[in-house]
Amino acid sequence: MIFTSYEFIFFLVIVFALYYMAPKKFQWVLLLVASYTFYAYAGVKFLVYILVTTVSTYIFSSRIGKIHEEQDMYLKQNKGELSRQERKEYKEVMKSKRFRLLVICLFINFGILGVIKYTNFVIANVNSLFANLGFTRGLTFVNFAVPLGISFYTFQTMGYVIDIYRGKYKYEKNLFKLALFTSFFPQLIQGPISRFDDLKETMFSEHSFDSSNISFGVHRIIWGYFKKLVIADRLLSGVTTIVGDPATYQGVYVLLGMFFYAIQLYADFTGGIDITIGIGQIFGIRLKENFIRPFFSKSVTEYWRRWHISLGSWFRDYMFYPISVSGPMLKLSKSSRRLLGDGIGKRLPVYISSIIVWFTTGIWHGAAWNFIVWGLLNCLVILVSQELEPLYVRFHNRFDVRANFTFRLFQVVRTFWIMSFIRILDCYRDVGTTFRMYGTIFTKFNFMELFRGGLLEVGLSISDYIVLIPSVLLMLVVSLIGRRTSLRELLAERSQAVRYAAFAAIIFGIIIFGAYGIGYDSSKFIYSQF
Amino acid sequence: MSKKIITNTIAIIIFVFIFFFLQRLLMPKYMSEIFEGNLIEEYYKSNKDHDVIFLGDCEVFSNISPASLWEEEGITSYIRGSAQQLIWQSYYLLEETLKYEKPQVVVFNVLAMKYNEPQNEAYNRMTLDGMRWSKSKIGAIKASMTEGEHFIEYVFPILRYHSRWSELTGEDFRYMFGKKPLSHNGYLMRADIKPVAKIPEGRPLPDYQFGENSYYYLDKITRLCKDNDIELILIKSPSVYPYWYEEWDKQMIDYAKENDISYINFLEVVDEIGIDYEKDTFDGGLHLNLSGAEKFTKYFGEILTNDFGLQSRKDDPVLASVWNEKLEYYNWMKKDQMAEIAEYGKLISYGAPAQAQ
Repeated sequence: MIFTSYEFIFFLVIVFALYYMAPKKFQWVLLLVASYTFYAYAGVKFLVYILVTTVSTYIFSSRIGKIHEEQDMYLKQNKGELSRQERKEYKEVMKSKRFRLLVICLFINFGILGVIKYTNFVIANVNSLFANLGFTRGLTFVNFAVPLGISFYTFQTMGYVIDIYRGKYKYEKNLFKLALFTSFFPQLIQGPISRFDDLKETMFSEHSFDSSNISFGVHRIIWGYFKKLVIADRLLSGVTTIVGDPATYQGVYVLLGMFFYAIQLYADFTGGIDITIGIGQIFGIRLKENFIRPFFSKSVTEYWRRWHISLGSWFRDYMFYPISVSGPMLKLSKSSRRLLGDGIGKRLPVYISSIIVWFTTGIWHGAAWNFIVWGLLNCLVILVSQELEPLYVRFHNRFDVRANFTFRLFQVVRTFWIMSFIRILDCYRDVGTTFRMYGTIFTKFNFMELFRGGLLEVGLSISDYIVLIPSVLLMLVVSLIGRRTSLRELLAERSQAVRYAAFAAIIFGIIIFGAYGIGYDSSKFIYSQF
Repeated sequence: MSKKIITNTIAIIIFVFIFFFLQRLLMPKYMSEIFEGNLIEEYYKSNKDHDVIFLGDCEVFSNISPASLWEEEGITSYIRGSAQQLIWQSYYLLEETLKYEKPQVVVFNVLAMKYNEPQNEAYNRMTLDGMRWSKSKIGAIKASMTEGEHFIEYVFPILRYHSRWSELTGEDFRYMFGKKPLSHNGYLMRADIKPVAKIPEGRPLPDYQFGENSYYYLDKITRLCKDNDIELILIKSPSVYPYWYEEWDKQMIDYAKENDISYINFLEVVDEIGIDYEKDTFDGGLHLNLSGAEKFTKYFGEILTNDFGLQSRKDDPVLASVWNEKLEYYNWMKKDQMAEIAEYGKLISYGAPAQAQ
């Protein structure tokens, strides 16, 4: 049941009606039932996976939480009786107990994710290695059906367990509430990867029918559908035509494919997140923003602070920092400083942590070398930028252009194209093809072909461009407005007639210009595949 | 508060109005091509006093002329048929028709027995979009939907036809809220000629048995007719394509015997009817042209009068007036088509109906 299906819209309307008809104290229970119904719709057998994750998370987080409580109680009761050393030793013992439980929990859940998503990738690489060594027989591939949203709910629940381990907040004692946090249906497909402390307040509280909040939520949902159906799904055939036939579409077409894919992915992913956040809002649940106008970023580092924020912050908080300050890394830092000097010694742990994190980010997106190279290229650009920072400082000291609009525009355009180059790795069938296509940009000068009918030979017709150009411009304008205020708030200040007209225009825009139904390849949300 | 309610109500009314306006605009009009898309809806404008209702696919709406049947025998009739009309669609159309009128005879062309499952979305739409909303239409939609079709797209056809915005023509605006009739009581006239090039030989089939679903709906048609005291006649219309197998014919003979109803395979009496496939078809044998349809109708009309006891109603002045008007339009179109053929060697303004079965 994808967001763009009629079934989902029908399902949402029913859940919404029941939500505000149900006694308030049962509202969250209704959402839990709805979420499991939504999940079961994808396949009842998949419920096993999410149940294992939920129950194991509950058991281990409770156990870890209880050890925290036990420790606090013990230290309180024996406040005056224990020496500082004894307290420290006791804390260490308890910490190691918690750590053991944490590791088991992470092992189980990342294990499930790893086995389901990566077994065939490993087998393919082992077979390839065997073939290179002259073995004729290889391992047999395993046919795993990937449960809906497994990457998202696994990361979300493991983030929760780590927070409990760190004593960031109290563990949830109600299994069913934890089950709702794990399975909340709007965010199950493509995130955002929420934190328990962000969600619990609004997720489990009682909500009255707030027409203004609901109306804002509905606006957000409709805007999300506009981006997804009118822009992303219409551009889909342009992208698939170009990347699906690398023998034909080379040179400037590769750049065109990068441009199309950048817009398609943005409209697809942010559209999906708009729908998710809007649905949260109509239920009175506040979900965190996952994007802050990423295409206005002036550097790749900034881009990653604005794009898929929940994933980036997950890796930062639960992977990058722990690895950077881990015992082995500190030891490495110490010895490298001694052997290689302060400069490299200081950087080495950061570099190694960055490479690990970006490797993992890459493979999180998909079990393929394309994604791994994608992650490592992102890492490379970020590290090179960091290394070049002194040069930039010197440049800016000499030429004070930071506030200059043209220079900022240059930075934005540069970042957009760097990311587009890297991002296209998602699309081509393998890394080799992608790099060959990079090469053709510099060897095949066919720019003018675009204006000699080429634009109409990439799976898009004139009517597609008639829809896409104003729609993308509208998306751009909305983003520009969003720098100061939100369009919804701006509209809220206008007369009712203007608001209704804008609302109706978007709805009719979706109905008429949306790329849905017979004649269009229905496209899943891109991030739902990760 | 009341002001807010009034504003919201007005906004909703305007929204609904625009929605339905756009829906009417975007729906195909079938006025300059694929005329058969109009056949089902034209029935509702008829006077609904018919002695005979014909059910079936293009072998009915191309091969039988109700105007000719009136002229020859004084029998009033209507064809509830459309392109590749499936048997369950015929059943639900009959069910719906019986809410408006009770004919003495229902004639069902059995070619549709070969289709046991939903076939083609485009043909579904041509049959189902034209039906008025009723329990019968809901049943017909549910029985007909192919994979990828959604019920809601029948409720709001704009969801199906939204992408036609880039193909809109003047015709879409002109016929948004009203169309002139194109058929003659469900008969789609074609006066041009394209002879049969070769009488077909049927390719062997792995299985000649008609499907369970087909029989299920044939039983329903039979029962519905019996319950309403209507004579049901099964026919195989004299089109040479698609091939009508002996094995299929035998199943229909057996079915008719078992259920005490009539079955006539007109392919066996082509010479008696006087059909000349060199002159009486407009597409090489799939469909009869006007001349063929008139010959076949005359022959069948005599059977309806002589064997099934239908009486001429030409003495009824009200009916006569209605049908004379129909005949006038029929004869005008006949002349017009002949004139076009004489001038251009082919039909120009009567489109090319889909090569449907």
